[in-house]
Amino acid sequence: MFSVSDKAIAVAELREHMSAPAAGGFCVFEGWVRNENEGRSVERLEYEVYEPLAIKEGENVLAEAKQRFPYLQARCVHRAGILEIGDCAVWVGVAAAHREEAFKACRYIIDEIKTRLPIWKKEHYVDGDSGWVDCERCAAHGGGR
Amino acid sequence: MKIITVKYFAMFREHAGIGEEVLSLDAVTAQDVFEQTRLRHGSAEPISHCKVAINDAMAEWNSTVSDGDTVLLFPPVAGG
Repeated sequence: MFSVSDKAIAVAELREHMSAPAAGGFCVFEGWVRNENEGRSVERLEYEVYEPLAIKEGENVLAEAKQRFPYLQARCVHRAGILEIGDCAVWVGVAAAHREEAFKACRYIIDEIKTRLPIWKKEHYVDGDSGWVDCERCAAHGGGR
Repeated sequence: MKIITVKYFAMFREHAGIGEEVLSLDAVTAQDVFEQTRLRHGSAEPISHCKVAINDAMAEWNSTVSDGDTVLLFPPVAGG
């Protein structure tokens, strides 16, 4: 299940819902708001999400991950709105029979979420300036993803 | 000419100063819509870095647009 939240992600609560009797491994990835990007001091982030399509495409990503790395349960929540340093921006949890599928599915989901969903990140810098982050450009430069 | 509703997001919306507008365009593909609204959304981005959706479904730049369609122009995305 993929969802978008404009409130703080309830990490402990999400984890509670991931248990499954047949699961032997659980892998989680949390993306946090960092205080620096490409040498600039970041004060806060702002996520804009086009929810109807983000949810549709997010569900596609989870289904693809399941086909490639059969898991038992997967969940992803992405934040929208204003986030402060240290806030959880995205949470991906995968429970699977074995760690191999759990790790690989988790990695697949976060990588695809970053580059396919209609989600935009605006960095607000300590110096008062702000700018939209271009993942394609930073991927080309080999960093920042 | 086709009547197309064009929606702008993130940096495109900020540059255009509006979230959407209805335009009469001589457009065959989604790419034509992108090019013909370039002055509006102000993109200096290569089109390969941007994405497009038609009527709330992800599309390709060579997808055909029809009269009455809503074309959503997405600047480079950055989830996570």
